[in-house]
Amino acid sequence: MVYMTDIDIDHLAKLARIDVPKAEYDNLQKDLDNILAFVGEVQSALIADRGPKADVPKNAMREDTDPHESGIFTDALLKEAPKTRGGYVVVKKIL
Amino acid sequence: MKIDLANLTITKAHKHLVDGDFSATELAEAYLSAIEKKNPELNAFLGVYDDVLEQAKRVENQNVKDKGSLWGIPIALKDNILVKGKEATAASKILKGYHATYDATVTKKLKEAGALLLGRTNLDEFAMGASTENSAFGPTKNPHDTTRVAGGSSGGSTAAVAAGLACAALGSDTAGSIRQPSAFCGTVGLKPTYGSVSRSGLIALGSSLDVIGPITKTVSDAETIFNVIKGKDPMDSTTVDESDYPTTNDKLPTTNYAVGVPRAFLDSTKLDVRVRKNFDESVERLKSLGHIIKDIELPNLRYAVPAYYILLPAEASANLARFDGVKYGHYADGDDLLGDYLRSRGEGFGPEPRRRILIGTYVLSAGYYDAYYGKAQAVRRLIADDFARAFQSVDVIAMPTAAGPAFKIGEKAKDPVQMYLEDIFTVPANHAGLPALTVPSGVVEEAGTDLPVGLQLYAPHMGESRLFSLGKQFLGE
Repeated sequence: MVYMTDIDIDHLAKLARIDVPKAEYDNLQKDLDNILAFVGEVQSALIADRGPKADVPKNAMREDTDPHESGIFTDALLKEAPKTRGGYVVVKKIL
Repeated sequence: MKIDLANLTITKAHKHLVDGDFSATELAEAYLSAIEKKNPELNAFLGVYDDVLEQAKRVENQNVKDKGSLWGIPIALKDNILVKGKEATAASKILKGYHATYDATVTKKLKEAGALLLGRTNLDEFAMGASTENSAFGPTKNPHDTTRVAGGSSGGSTAAVAAGLACAALGSDTAGSIRQPSAFCGTVGLKPTYGSVSRSGLIALGSSLDVIGPITKTVSDAETIFNVIKGKDPMDSTTVDESDYPTTNDKLPTTNYAVGVPRAFLDSTKLDVRVRKNFDESVERLKSLGHIIKDIELPNLRYAVPAYYILLPAEASANLARFDGVKYGHYADGDDLLGDYLRSRGEGFGPEPRRRILIGTYVLSAGYYDAYYGKAQAVRRLIADDFARAFQSVDVIAMPTAAGPAFKIGEKAKDPVQMYLEDIFTVPANHAGLPALTVPSGVVEEAGTDLPVGLQLYAPHMGESRLFSLGKQFLGE
């Protein structure tokens, strides 16, 4: 049984890449506790071990052929990006 | 002739357009003026496309030999379905001002069929909710009582159709988002078989559950749209051919269906007594139409909502990782690249997406995965097995669509778990990938106002034909 009191909003928010204002922590903690207590009901379901799934996997992906001409979508896509320069998306230095 | 938008269906409009009683432009103008009049109060549309009349002119000038069933028909799209060059927000601040760079497959198919795309309708942010109160742009009001919610998440689409602001609409359904608001607004709503309609160009929520479907005034109209938008699509590898489900692509008789009713499940569920009475009357009606009613057991449906609120946040937290302020949407300047992500997402996502992303992150973390995600996946298989067993002895399953009529705006907004329970009768279909149809089954009275409720019918995979047949009989179409 997993207990719900160990949620660390600060850690979760960082993992999820969301800046959550400290003022919202209490409410969020309460909501998440309630939600996890609710969804924890699945742990009482009787689940028999049915062994490995019998479905035969098949490749559903389309063949990677007939590429479109390079660059035909570039302008349209870059137009939606917040910051661009010379055909690239601009991000802050990471190294 | 005067166009009666309140009672206009695709079937009727098509006949009038072909007969020349009115033109596509006149029809479009009628809808635009209705939207202008009623939308400020209802907030069903987040935006009306600026080229509706040009679209109408274009289809009028088309040399369409065989004018298809959607030719000139004005249709609204839920604002998580992309139309090239048009704004698409998913009712989130994080996408405000974003313009789609391509057409969704369903958009393309509607355009090819000559339909007019009217505009984009309101929804709960990223389709997360059951009332449209989670929209960043304000809730949609129920046309039957504007102090009440339209349901959700496709509440803008159902309100638009119910109020005569669109001849039909598309919604998306991940846990009931087409069916519950349809029940609340008195429209017909189809959640098709998982994989029968392409999601290419649908802003993803829960990819193992999402499906696009029609919202209409009649079952025949839902069938018409479904036949246009369905089909295998190389852009969505989860789409299937009808031949992949040979067992249910059948020619059953139109009477003598065996209709299963999960009475034990209904008895154990908190259900408005008036809704239960209405449901029992609907079942009697099916009986009087010649169908056989059978009691069935679906013992694992009680876990359907809890399992969903593990699986969905897990999938949504992954799907929504793409909104990072780099490629599109809202950008907020941080100290470094990580700071950009944190601030852009912190400012862009509203409370419900935030909750679900955090829950998803939690249930997928090392140490919790087996207890939550693993269990929920196993429960999902139990639910699918329950249905497979039931469909060995019945052709269709009947349930109410929602546990009550439309609730008051604000009534459930403070308690996420209460809102989650809105999905109780609808989410099992998404777990199992089954098609389900809701049809208006009457009204219940609430403080002097008649509020619509819905009857829901489930069929086996690709068994939409059964739903259409039974739904038409039920509504007397």
